[in-house]
Amino acid sequence: MGLLLQVRDLRTYFYTETGIVRAVDGISYDLQEGETLGLVGESGCGKSVSALSIVRLIPNPPGKIVSGEVLFEGRDLLKLTEDKIRDIRGDRIAMIFQEPMTSLNPVLTIGLQIGEVLELHRHLNRKESRSEVIRLLRMVGIPDAERRIDDYPHQFSGGMRQRVMIAMALSCNPKLLIADEPTTAVDVTIQAQLLEMIKELTSRLGTSVILITHNLGVVARYVNRMAVMYAGRIIEWGPAQELYRNPQHPYTIGLLASVPRLDQPRKARLVPIEGQPPDLVHLPQGCPFYPRCPRSMKQCASERPEPRLVDLDHMVSCWLPLDA
Amino acid sequence: MPEDVLIEAKNLAVHFPITKGILRQRKVAEIKAVDGVSFFIRKGETLGLVGESGCGKTTLGRCLMRLVQPTDGAIYFEDVDLCRLKKEELRSVRQGMQMIFQDPFDSLDPRMTAEEIVAEPLKIHTPIRGKALKEKVAELLHLVGLDRSMAGRYPHEFSGGQRQRLGIARALSIRPKFIVCDEPISALDVSIQAQIINLLEDLQTEFNLTYLFIAHDLAVVRHISHRVAVMYLGKIVEIAGRDTLYRFAKHPYTIALLSAVPIPDPAVEATRDRIILMGEPPSPIALPKGCAFHPRCPYTREQCQEEVPSLRQIAEDHWVACHLV
Repeated sequence: MGLLLQVRDLRTYFYTETGIVRAVDGISYDLQEGETLGLVGESGCGKSVSALSIVRLIPNPPGKIVSGEVLFEGRDLLKLTEDKIRDIRGDRIAMIFQEPMTSLNPVLTIGLQIGEVLELHRHLNRKESRSEVIRLLRMVGIPDAERRIDDYPHQFSGGMRQRVMIAMALSCNPKLLIADEPTTAVDVTIQAQLLEMIKELTSRLGTSVILITHNLGVVARYVNRMAVMYAGRIIEWGPAQELYRNPQHPYTIGLLASVPRLDQPRKARLVPIEGQPPDLVHLPQGCPFYPRCPRSMKQCASERPEPRLVDLDHMVSCWLPLDA
Repeated sequence: MPEDVLIEAKNLAVHFPITKGILRQRKVAEIKAVDGVSFFIRKGETLGLVGESGCGKTTLGRCLMRLVQPTDGAIYFEDVDLCRLKKEELRSVRQGMQMIFQDPFDSLDPRMTAEEIVAEPLKIHTPIRGKALKEKVAELLHLVGLDRSMAGRYPHEFSGGQRQRLGIARALSIRPKFIVCDEPISALDVSIQAQIINLLEDLQTEFNLTYLFIAHDLAVVRHISHRVAVMYLGKIVEIAGRDTLYRFAKHPYTIALLSAVPIPDPAVEATRDRIILMGEPPSPIALPKGCAFHPRCPYTREQCQEEVPSLRQIAEDHWVACHLV
């Protein structure tokens, strides 16, 4: 397994009327070939923006990638020309978003939309692309693909639309799939179908996946490694097994403790994380989590904790002494 | 109605007509959003109502408040049949029932301050005015964990969790007995959800409130509910005491739903087999004949395609609508 993606000190800021929003504020991570990384965090923590920054899909203004490197197959994506990055998007790096209805063109049949990708990136002609689209639709489990290829997005249900998006995303055998909350808008039974399918197809194609989600349960089953984000920073990073079994950051510990679990006896009372989510324009000087942290110390208010290793492969940004 | 029951629905149905034509509207079909639902909620109890989108759980909740007119059936609230009440009579009964919504931003008037929002039901239903009203509002804000200094703020100045607290304060203002909580935590961040659940539990204990808790998160529903009802396409397919339902679920749909809930622990997930349901729920306009679940059910047999199963009692606090049970 080789290294596919290296993100180094990525910073994406939004310049708004109320001030500078440091949506992504210096994050670094590696992704191996064939690996699935879970980017976990609550709304506004910067998980989507950090993934969109990789393919430079940040609206400018107000957003701007201020600094950093995104090394993908040896090239820094942040330094490519607009034409070059466009060649990569949808081809080497594909994306699926939360709401398929807003990512599909309502006035084109899905056959034309998927076909467009194939004609653009794989240089197929009309006839070849049509039969390839049918194959792709079958691959993602759309029944009666020969007929449904000429349907419009509104003629599909939410779950089926997401299948169309997956077919489109995988149409060029991408090396990296960015899935931004792919199942948040669908029901649990459909969610299970889609996630199992993404897992099965990407492992068959050898595609690496960045799975962005706020659902800790989703991450547990489908990722090898996870990064927990808070206020634009990765505050803990490591193999999924390790992070669930031995979480170090008080925020990770708090998140895991606050959700009720069906496999455990019912608790008399839930243990929430107190306080409110951070205001990104007015972040505290030190650790962004310290106002809510049950174990904060004096140092936390003034100094930002740098990432340090807990274990060979497990990193945490926190001033607390490590548990022996 | 037994002494300890606060609200009971009998054979409740809500059908929405689908019409065609511009001048003369003809009814061409109907959506059976709620289709013959019977259940009761005891005083001080939380009934969890789960089901996937479009199963009719929200319509059922709104129908209990008579915000949606039932097509058929009866709703008894403390022995009064709400379906027979006239508008003025309904207003006085409604003091006893309130609702909390999913998105606190959509359900709070953006042009009203927190104080005005919480005071509004009091102005409508009680004679409290002036200084006493101000005091009462401050007390309510404190009760839900908001500072009284926030009274002059507008909804957009609050975070999601705080807005939901505001919605709860408004619902509590006129001391209702019964609150319909329609997905009250779905729009909130994970770290905030537990705060709101704890608050709802505390308030229930303090004021002996009765809740209908509508949600799609089965783990949360297990935590907060005493009894749980599962809905599929307008019908209750299973209803039981919380522990019974989660341990001894009988309906194939309930079992599949429970199996689809991911467990936040890779070690558990690695050894867990999941039932992946095939297909998607059918359109509520063209419901299949027989049991509505039969096209997706792994155990379907001939009878299921013909007869609609009725909700039958199989244990003291356990009802199931399935031919195979």
